[in-house]
Amino acid sequence: MSRGALYGLLTEFESPSLLMEAVEKVRDAGFKKWDVHTPFPVHGMDDAMGIRGTRLPFLVLGGGLTGLGLATLMQWWMNAVDYPFMISGKPLFGLPANIPIMFELTVLFSAFATFFGMWGLNGMPRLYNPLFTNRRFRRATQDRFFIVIEARDPGFQLDKTREFLASLGGAVVEEVRESAED
Amino acid sequence: MKASATDYLNNTVDDPTRPQELILGGNDFTTITEKVSDIVLERKTPLAWYVAFALTSGLTAIMFLMIGYLFVKGVGVWGLNNPVGWGWAIVNFVFWVGIGHAGTLISAILFLLRQKWRTSINRFAEAMTIFAVVCAGIFPGIHVGRVWVVYWLFPIPSYQAMWPNFRSPLLWDVFAVGTYATVSLLFWYTGMVPDLATLRDRAKGRLQQIIYGFFALGWTGSHRHWHRYEKAYLLLAGLATPLVLSVHSVVSFDFATSQIPGWHTTIFPPYFVAGAVFSGFAMVGTLLIPARQWFGLKEIITLHHLENMNKIILATGSMVGFAYATEFFIAWYSGNPNESFAFINRAFGPYAWAYWIMVTCNVVTPQLFWFKKLRTSVPVMWIMYIFVNIGMWFERFVITVTSLSRDFLPSSWAYYRPTPVDILTFVGSFGLFFTLVLLFIRFLPMVAMAEVKTVMPIADAHSGTRRSVGDYHGDIPEHVRRKGDL
Repeated sequence: MSRGALYGLLTEFESPSLLMEAVEKVRDAGFKKWDVHTPFPVHGMDDAMGIRGTRLPFLVLGGGLTGLGLATLMQWWMNAVDYPFMISGKPLFGLPANIPIMFELTVLFSAFATFFGMWGLNGMPRLYNPLFTNRRFRRATQDRFFIVIEARDPGFQLDKTREFLASLGGAVVEEVRESAED
Repeated sequence: MKASATDYLNNTVDDPTRPQELILGGNDFTTITEKVSDIVLERKTPLAWYVAFALTSGLTAIMFLMIGYLFVKGVGVWGLNNPVGWGWAIVNFVFWVGIGHAGTLISAILFLLRQKWRTSINRFAEAMTIFAVVCAGIFPGIHVGRVWVVYWLFPIPSYQAMWPNFRSPLLWDVFAVGTYATVSLLFWYTGMVPDLATLRDRAKGRLQQIIYGFFALGWTGSHRHWHRYEKAYLLLAGLATPLVLSVHSVVSFDFATSQIPGWHTTIFPPYFVAGAVFSGFAMVGTLLIPARQWFGLKEIITLHHLENMNKIILATGSMVGFAYATEFFIAWYSGNPNESFAFINRAFGPYAWAYWIMVTCNVVTPQLFWFKKLRTSVPVMWIMYIFVNIGMWFERFVITVTSLSRDFLPSSWAYYRPTPVDILTFVGSFGLFFTLVLLFIRFLPMVAMAEVKTVMPIADAHSGTRRSVGDYHGDIPEHVRRKGDL
């Protein structure tokens, strides 16, 4: 009947405004391994949590440049070098006629970089998460707002952190285990 | 008193003293979640759904039968003749691709323009976009004649050591439509992941939990994830915006870079894009109106949303009308006898009937949307959408067929008629489209729940306790608001 190691503590809020005040307190308390789970992106939460900007745009820039370079090289090599295509006496490689595909591949590769980059940086897909063992947490994707402090946070002390979370004004504080009850 | 039950659903009256309500009926996060996800999870599949599904999949089967027949016999089973080498396959392709423009316009361009009303309809429109592009993709694939070498369209090494001609607009089309389909799919799926997680967390059956759970990728609503997610969404919107404008531009190059009178015009790209948005919104409306009716979504997809769409239809329809007029003017002004003939022939030649159907449906009837009473009446707008759908199909028919049937050599002039195979293939493509739509409304969240929640007044973290005066709290600087006295 082992329930697995302690993953962390969660507390639940009913509205974004209650959540926001609590989040600022958690941030100011200096926790590192903590997160806020909400059914939708709450405006102003990045500041309240102190999240720094993401590297994603640079990945996307890289993706776009790759697409552009690839499209240029491909069209030049295929139509002007490997199999020279002489059509109505036009130049074998002329920029204007090659721009549409350069544009399309730039967008395509940027979109791939955005999509895979975002999920990659988020560490997803991650189909198992200790939080899923908590029934209450199912409402995090529906209509409730959660703060979770992980047990591996250096400042985490079960009793003190539980007290701290209770003082934030949430509805309830619960323990989350690494695995479900068997 | 009788009207009061439905009056609250009419939010089309502008009241400058209050912020526009996008979601009606006093819904909160819980009820929005229930109303949208219960359609998929709780509600018993209505009998009508099965009937409709049987009908549409029957039509789809007919389409595949016709395609099979075409593959066996060759393109001679179509109505193509000597001057008219491009018939219904191209018309249908352009028609479907055009319809596929509304989704990305709503999800990307309206997102960048911060049009909050898009949240109620973007999921549906994006789904429709993808299904329309699927239908569009079939036609160029089957009209190549020798389908067994269709891979020549792509730059893959073959035994011939030959590569595609990258200076051909037909190849640009392959890349433009391929990129558009891929990016639209990524955009749609990205937007859907949080909602799939909602379905995962509400599902009661084990199988549902596993399937929705798999596609939800383990989403927990973490704000560290939302942060990157929102950035990615913005980037995808930024990428999709030029893309949506480029796709129909490239499609129009198929015509505009040729030398056929009536095709060889610089107005084609913007005119095609306006027409695409016009037809796309009409198709979204055609499907949305029954959907909101049958699935009880009138509080989420409100009259205000429909009215906004009708305004866009009015604007783009007028642009299309303006383009028709400009074409005529330039045909006369250019002094080119072939060009003038092509246009006079369009309006008064053997295909005049098609031309005037097009003008009536695209230019004349949408003007009724100038009247508020008409553009906020659900039956009127639905009939109007049908008109637009018809008109825009005829636009592509007129462009493709009238110019070809009267080419430079009068001895080869001929009248083009579709065969039953042409007609059944096209009707069958509607079957495929509606089959996909039916599967979508049965198994996936029709409304972007997470996004709708963000535009509800209660989503504002600074509402309630902190807000004391008016609705201009957003203007109060952060350091002042942090003090807690506001």
